[in-house]
Amino acid sequence: MKAAAYRTPQVGPDSVAHQARLLTLWETAPGLRGFFSTVDHKEIGIRYIITAFAFLLLGGLEALLMRVQLAGPNRALLTPDQYNQLFSTHGMTMIFLYASPILSGFSNYLWPLLLGSRDMAFPRLNALSYWVYLAAGIFLYAGFLTGNGPNDGWFNYVPYASKDYNPGLNQDFYALGMVFLGISTTVGAANFIVTAMRTRAPGMSVNRMPILIWGTLTASAANLVVVPAVSLAFFLLWMDRQFGTHFFDPAGGGQPLLWQHLFWIFGHPWVYAIVLPAMGMVSDGLPVFCRRPVVGYSLLALSTVATMILGFGVWVHHMFATGLPGLGLSFFSGASIVITVPSAVAVFAWLATIWLGRPVITTAFLYFSSMILLFVIGGVSGFMTASVPVDWQLTDTYFVVAHLHYVLIGINVFPVLGAVYFWFPKMTGRLMDERLGRWNFWITFIGFNLAFLPMHLTGLLGMPRRVYTYADGMGWDTLNMMTSVGSFVLAVGVLLFVVNVVKSLKSGALAGANPWDAPTLEWSVPSPPPPYNFAVIPTVASRHPLWERRLGEEGVRSSIDRGMLLEEGRETIATTALDAEPDMVMEMPEDSFAPFLLALGTAVVFVGLLLKLWSLAGVGGVITLLVLLAWLWPRRDLREREPAPAPPRREALHG
Amino acid sequence: MSPTPLGYLEAAGQRAQITLPLTWLTLSISLIVCVVIAILLWLGVRRARVSGGAEETRAVEVARGGNGLRWIGVGLSISALPLLVTLVWTMVALAKVSGPPGNTQLTLDVTGKQWWWDVRYDAVEPDRTFTTANEIHIPVGVPVLVRLHGADVIHSFWVPKLSGKTDTIPGQTNVTWLEAARPGRYRGQCTEYCGFQHAHMAFEVVAESPADFQRWREHQLQPAPEPVTDEQKRGMDLVEYRCGLCHEVRGTTAGAVSAPDLTHLMSRRLIASGTLVNGVGILGGWIEGAEQLKPGSLMPNQNLTAEQLSDTLAYLETLQ
Repeated sequence: MKAAAYRTPQVGPDSVAHQARLLTLWETAPGLRGFFSTVDHKEIGIRYIITAFAFLLLGGLEALLMRVQLAGPNRALLTPDQYNQLFSTHGMTMIFLYASPILSGFSNYLWPLLLGSRDMAFPRLNALSYWVYLAAGIFLYAGFLTGNGPNDGWFNYVPYASKDYNPGLNQDFYALGMVFLGISTTVGAANFIVTAMRTRAPGMSVNRMPILIWGTLTASAANLVVVPAVSLAFFLLWMDRQFGTHFFDPAGGGQPLLWQHLFWIFGHPWVYAIVLPAMGMVSDGLPVFCRRPVVGYSLLALSTVATMILGFGVWVHHMFATGLPGLGLSFFSGASIVITVPSAVAVFAWLATIWLGRPVITTAFLYFSSMILLFVIGGVSGFMTASVPVDWQLTDTYFVVAHLHYVLIGINVFPVLGAVYFWFPKMTGRLMDERLGRWNFWITFIGFNLAFLPMHLTGLLGMPRRVYTYADGMGWDTLNMMTSVGSFVLAVGVLLFVVNVVKSLKSGALAGANPWDAPTLEWSVPSPPPPYNFAVIPTVASRHPLWERRLGEEGVRSSIDRGMLLEEGRETIATTALDAEPDMVMEMPEDSFAPFLLALGTAVVFVGLLLKLWSLAGVGGVITLLVLLAWLWPRRDLREREPAPAPPRREALHG
Repeated sequence: MSPTPLGYLEAAGQRAQITLPLTWLTLSISLIVCVVIAILLWLGVRRARVSGGAEETRAVEVARGGNGLRWIGVGLSISALPLLVTLVWTMVALAKVSGPPGNTQLTLDVTGKQWWWDVRYDAVEPDRTFTTANEIHIPVGVPVLVRLHGADVIHSFWVPKLSGKTDTIPGQTNVTWLEAARPGRYRGQCTEYCGFQHAHMAFEVVAESPADFQRWREHQLQPAPEPVTDEQKRGMDLVEYRCGLCHEVRGTTAGAVSAPDLTHLMSRRLIASGTLVNGVGILGGWIEGAEQLKPGSLMPNQNLTAEQLSDTLAYLETLQ
């Protein structure tokens, strides 16, 4: 993103010739060349979504294996080592390789369309964040597939993760893979923040942004703050393992609890980061099917931010049993109880939207509305664990496992599946099958609840989590069988979803630009959108530009068909951070191999570090450096250095 | 024993009894909230008169109206009361259960190890201290101070019927306390993931009358009895020579402390950290097949001849 010299962009109507010109400017080259060099946010978004779904399916298969093992007492399908690697890999996969990237995928795809822009603020950075995610995912799974998967749970407590107790490569794969993945999260977060602040369509002041933007923006801000903590923790762990430093080793003056603090100061905000954007999807999607604007927009936006701020002050509730002083615990306990308040705001806003609207039941509506109930169930069980004495009983039992699955499946997977039904027509131009959708929804819903509702009781009856088997006579047999059966029903539901996607891709009904008669900007462009998104940059005058006339808003007129043409190159408009007043023309970069090569070079570094082939790491470092030089070399056409003499027609925008 | 040995919806000790009503309070609030929201959601969705897809959605015109903010205001107001009650109750209960009371009369040092529990009974006189494993006896009605030590990785000490969890962490000493309200055997379990055999790291707390406890304690202070028969003598030689590399049998030359103390092995109901019911047959199976019964355990299969095994068991049987 670089500012062009001041000039007043030409404003005009959309036209066929104009679109043809934009197409030649923005279209990605066909074939492999385009595949590895594209920086189109839609392409990257869809790749994110498909990759994350592939990881979801892998994580699901791991879960099914575990559920066969746990279906009855004393079963021996899996050895303890296999089980431990499975549950750890399952957690890593679902939390790091599915839950967050799937939301990044949707946000990548949707943001510029929601914002009325032609791409993310940093398109090449966007491509980098995908390639690094893919490479880190492959890196982490290479460990698992060679029998060196993570084996200490996703939060990986030391000293069990240290070399003395864990001599294999397992922890080296996990530690380095997580540092690697952190690069992707960090550059992605920075990109989202600048995109939200600077590339909104003129007129889209912060109080007109869709809630999904609020969700991902808040999550990204949090990620920028907390991902360094976890990257540091994993780096220190790697140092302890490779070079005998003593950060976590009590014998050398280190502190095992340091790991837990570093991990959870990241981990708890992260939990909110992987649900807030999904809650945003519900806040934006549900009202479309209730045929009214969402209730309490401002409160929803504020509660999103409030959740995140409070979310920084609750991490110790993962550590209530570590022997910290009672006074300290009571603060974190109080904060963990108070954090239910902003969540309650969202629940009542959604309920009111349904009650005060005229709901139409579609598959997307079923996913979005059922999420409200699942959110409440996951929320109240979280509220129970906030009470310290109660948590001393609940923690590390299956009650917590039930809780976190209601949170992650209820507040992430359900909205995401709803979001696919809702935005699939935009992405592909075809509607998904509603009949198959109903089967898909109900089987998923029933399977999920059959698997995880009884699990609360399993926990109250004392079953500890992370056990590869359990004795009979503990009162857990029937409940575990129910969970195992439910997990397979859930798997059938997910399978039906995949079938529906494949079927609808081939033979779904054509959608048109706005099949649901939805109010936001992405529905004003064709489905699928052209590479340049918006032929003319729209000007926004309300929160729901496509509904404003029918809602009878006085004197409010967004302009969709007429706006800035910006056709002198790959260009879009930058606006001011709060009021979204036009500020400057942004020259956007062309497609580039640099992001792919940079990810590749970095991957070589990490493989070298893993195998302690320092020369290989050096080679990777040189590649990384060279690509970075090429990427950052100041260029005239992006106006990164002294431009060619300006043509006379360019003049200052503000006089 | 209870049909749900690790369930915490019944309490038999002071700390668990203070916590249980709070658990029920929060559980009840949670259930009520879920039911109310489910009903509101169900009734709201039932208002829908249209079901279908895109076409049906487009056919319904958009409109705004209604006082949505009142929903949020009323909802939050109603939610505030149970939150406040829970907050206050939590702080009061926390004050009662957190610190050990001043009048503890017995101090135990419990060390979590991969994958068993080392238990040392502390006394002012050094010759009144002794070590046992995986079975903790306490007198009823007396608060017992438990100092938790970490030896290898992190474990967590939990006896749900008596008290919540406290971690054992290398490099620091955590403190917890137990007070049983009535006699009984209460199961405990490691609840912090600690490796291969985290699943099989249980123990038992035996709460008994102060008199019974005193008898048990005096008995535990005794060294192992002298072997009587030739079989037992040969067995003791084997135990000293082989088991003594890791285990201790007080009164013999078996004096290593990296595995459970065996001095009164047969007085314990369970072996292998709450995994198997103790008995001569099971013990023989354990000695010969620990690697299969508890994969990853540091106890190696002994590969004894039939004669050696029967000698060993004959001696171990005397360790009452």
